[in-house]
Amino acid sequence: MSTASTPTEAPVLEVRGLKKYFPIKAGFFKRTVGHVRAVDDVNFGLAGGEILSLVGESGCGKTTTARCIVRAVDPTSGEVRFRTRDGVVVDVAALPERELKAIWRDMQMVFQDPFGSLNPRMNLFELISEPLFVHGLTSRSERVERVAELLELVGLRPEYMQRYPHAFSGGQRQRVSIARALALEPKLIVADEAVSALDVSVQAQVLNLLLELQERLDLTYLFVAHDLSIVKHISHRVAVMYVGRIVELAPTERLFRHPQHPYTEALLSAVPVADPRHRATAVPLPGEVANPANPPSGCYFHPRCAYAVDLCRNEFPPLRSVAPGHEVACHRADELHLRGIDAPSVARNRTTVAGPVAGPIAGPTVAGQT
Amino acid sequence: MLSVRDLKMYFELDEGVVRAVDGVSYDIRPGEIVGIVGESGCGKSMTMRSILRTIEKPGRIVAGEIRFRPKRTRGMPVDSDGSLDLVSLDPRSRTMRTIRGGEIALIPQEPMSAFSPLHTIGNQIVEAIRLHRKASVREARGIAIESLREVGIPNPESRIDAYSWQLSGGLRQRAIIAMALACNPTVLIADEPTTAVDVTTQAQILELIQRLRHDHDAAILFITHDLGVIAQLTEHVVVMYLGKVMETGPVDAIFHAAQHPYTRALLRSVPSVDSVPRVALPTIEGSIPHPFNRPTGCPFHPRCPDAMPGRCDVAMPALHEVEPGRPVACFLHHDLVEGGGTA
Amino acid sequence: MTERAPTPVEAAPVEAAPVARANEVEVAPAWKLMWWRFRKHKLAVLSAWILAVIVVIAVIPEFFATQRPDETSARRAYIPPQPIRIIHDGRLVRPYVLGVTGQRNPVTLAMEWVQDTEIRIPVVLFARGFEYRALGLIPGSRHIVGPADGEAGGQATRVHLMGTDRLGRDQWSRLMYGTRISMSIGLVAVALSVFLGVLLGGISGYVGGVTDLVIQRTIELLQSLPAIPIWLALSAAVPRTWPVTHVYFAITIILALIGWTQLGRQVRGRFLALREEDFVTAARLIGCSRGRIIFAHMVPSFMSHIIAATTLAIPLMIINETFLSFLGLGLRPPAISWGVLLQEAQNLQSVVNAPWLLLPGVAVVVTVLTLNILGDGIRDAADPYST
Repeated sequence: MSTASTPTEAPVLEVRGLKKYFPIKAGFFKRTVGHVRAVDDVNFGLAGGEILSLVGESGCGKTTTARCIVRAVDPTSGEVRFRTRDGVVVDVAALPERELKAIWRDMQMVFQDPFGSLNPRMNLFELISEPLFVHGLTSRSERVERVAELLELVGLRPEYMQRYPHAFSGGQRQRVSIARALALEPKLIVADEAVSALDVSVQAQVLNLLLELQERLDLTYLFVAHDLSIVKHISHRVAVMYVGRIVELAPTERLFRHPQHPYTEALLSAVPVADPRHRATAVPLPGEVANPANPPSGCYFHPRCAYAVDLCRNEFPPLRSVAPGHEVACHRADELHLRGIDAPSVARNRTTVAGPVAGPIAGPTVAGQT
Repeated sequence: MLSVRDLKMYFELDEGVVRAVDGVSYDIRPGEIVGIVGESGCGKSMTMRSILRTIEKPGRIVAGEIRFRPKRTRGMPVDSDGSLDLVSLDPRSRTMRTIRGGEIALIPQEPMSAFSPLHTIGNQIVEAIRLHRKASVREARGIAIESLREVGIPNPESRIDAYSWQLSGGLRQRAIIAMALACNPTVLIADEPTTAVDVTTQAQILELIQRLRHDHDAAILFITHDLGVIAQLTEHVVVMYLGKVMETGPVDAIFHAAQHPYTRALLRSVPSVDSVPRVALPTIEGSIPHPFNRPTGCPFHPRCPDAMPGRCDVAMPALHEVEPGRPVACFLHHDLVEGGGTA
Repeated sequence: MTERAPTPVEAAPVEAAPVARANEVEVAPAWKLMWWRFRKHKLAVLSAWILAVIVVIAVIPEFFATQRPDETSARRAYIPPQPIRIIHDGRLVRPYVLGVTGQRNPVTLAMEWVQDTEIRIPVVLFARGFEYRALGLIPGSRHIVGPADGEAGGQATRVHLMGTDRLGRDQWSRLMYGTRISMSIGLVAVALSVFLGVLLGGISGYVGGVTDLVIQRTIELLQSLPAIPIWLALSAAVPRTWPVTHVYFAITIILALIGWTQLGRQVRGRFLALREEDFVTAARLIGCSRGRIIFAHMVPSFMSHIIAATTLAIPLMIINETFLSFLGLGLRPPAISWGVLLQEAQNLQSVVNAPWLLLPGVAVVVTVLTLNILGDGIRDAADPYST
């Protein structure tokens, strides 16, 4: 069993009670008539060198959580305790706007849309050198040198410096975004669906790049995604979110093999496996994601849950520890025996047919896997 | 039932010709789900538009044949074998309009834009039914309620009077499927119907499509970029790259005995839920060329690990059967050049 | 190669091929892409050229006029246009115009002008004529066309390319001078409304909150006012005793005060849309200051849209000015604008007897059309990254 923990250092990030409510306004005077609880009491920690994934369906609050952590949006309440490169722990959620600039040297974000996140009016040099310039590196020749280094780091040619984003494909633009995020040598990278918009053949390239950079530069990733196969591939630990809350948080292997929340089980069974010999037989999860402006009573998942009992309808299950490093928000976590993903027998055959793959590039080799 | 032969659809722009679909052939048989899989720019959606004849200018079908055998042939200029060539029809002709929606129905990617927000979904389904079938408004409404029930919409009697924006994404996608089914089509084309929805909704929709195929005995053309969906749903797969068919075959053969280097590379580069974590994934070098900069010869050769210089970059291999029912367009398996001759 | 749409490079990112040479498209900044796209819109390019000529006329109407615009000559009223001819007896000759001789109608006692094929008045380019100071600075006496024997200030032969009006004033020359006033009112009024629109719209979009609410409700109020009565009232409030320049500025300000609301809305909309763009968030996250985000990231992204909107707003201003002056509520003689000129064509009798008095209307139509087409062209080219 793997707990897959490269992380040995003290936590880089600790999120405590994070909440983000968006007011619903109505009427001529725009009075607030309610709140969408996009993020509702989220707690987790992130050790140095760790890759933690936030997964969930659209509207579950994973992107908002990520944006609150980097303060792209201001959280309603909660703490985001972040250890800077000087070893000082600051609460990013409480910092005034003018003090954020220093924090952003240490934490950066990579966006989903490789077309929207790069200003089309700037060429690669301007884009990648902008953070350097803004943070006081004014010498042009030094910036040119640094941009060339960064371009090479992400697998692009330094000669591309004068070109504009429109000259590049989605995958290449995403490399540019990564170079830009790395310009200030941050410790934490928040990747918001960073490969979701890419074509399959390019997705793998960018995933490999992210993993390679993580090892070379000792980065910590908070990886937001909805594609479970990618999450399984990249992360040490996974947090599953549903309607603004974390419902299960566990090391990747454990979560995929032995999920303890019915929603996680449903998500895993819904992933279409790329193998026609393993067709899904399970009845898919009925119904739809609850409305975060008006969530159901008790456990938010109970209307869709096959295992729901009266307790689930009335009482909200808190996130609690069921095993070391495994937290679940389910009343019945201990009694249920849920199905995860079976041992990778068939798939391994397929991989060997496909030819040898490169050796591990990050994290320790996990027993029982290779 | 539907047979596409050597279809070519080009966009003639000022800057040059974009060969969006370049010599595509495949067949769809009754009760079968055929999947077209490929990355962006491979021409999978354009094939679909060619069949429905909804190509917008400057796109044009340059060559090829789309033989279609309708269920209801009354008033249609069918040949002696009961089929007709869709390419030869005027896109705005009466026959084409009868076929579109009535005989060949589309499940589009964007459920939001498929319904008008000004009319109830019921009215729109009733209108579609009455366009293609002789039915009074009351009868059509009954049919509409039945198809809404069939696709699993709760309380169809009241939901029929809802507007599309009052429905959630999943229900809206179901309503679209109900509308496509209401006219009892012969062929159902699904254009990335699950790309815009979540994975649990996707599972519901896939299950629904499976069920409908059995109940209606309709042939389904399923267009997607998701290999997982292809593996779960289809029987027959067409792999496309830059307007060309790379190979076709039964789903099991495609996933377990892929012949074309592109298919093999594509399958390898998908991280699966049971692959080894955090090791470098095998990738396909480079990125998909822009249609203007289309490589000569086989479009995949610049990225192909097995490319043979002087062959793959010179001529396009023909889509030739290497085993029964397994056409592959690759010189690794045969010497035939597209358009006749050997390399 | 140069006119092609943005093309992704296909080179593999890490391959060791020879140094990739950037083609023109890949290193083309935004304005270049816009220019390439604009160039494809042939009609807009043509409009741009026509407008360029109109602007030159507006800057130095003296050079294009053949006579002083206010020079009256009661004996030369209602002369019909004398077009320039280059064919005589089926042969190509040097340009000339036919002379006219006047006869008084014995019944109506009105002058009736008849073309006299015997009198051929040669015309030349850059003829000498009345003296002027272009832009109030550069003295000159050359005019673009004129009778060959024209002399500086002298009583030389007259030609009236567009005929004369009731007071025998040369309509061609008056049209040239009218261009200056009409075009400049349009431009100045639009410049003012752009200033107001960008400022208030920008504040509204960027600051938001109560400020936004107040500005938006103000815009709605202004837009809901019936425009014509307001203009009439405001223009009527301009004292009749004011000198021409005062009236000119008053009219400009009246037009601008009502015209900024549209632009204000557009700017606010762009600001709101851009604020949500990932690249703006990304700029914030790398530590850009508020000023840098606005001026280095947001403003360049909608500058081209503002230019397009501005171009499309000018014709409206020109029409409004023409309209007010035509009703006698805008500029008044002795000022010359297209609207003032059209006032001459107000009664039916003069239109029947002297239809050429409607020619300033053609100038308005041409200008408005070309501005609209140009604006469309710019708008289409404004976002070089779409499609």
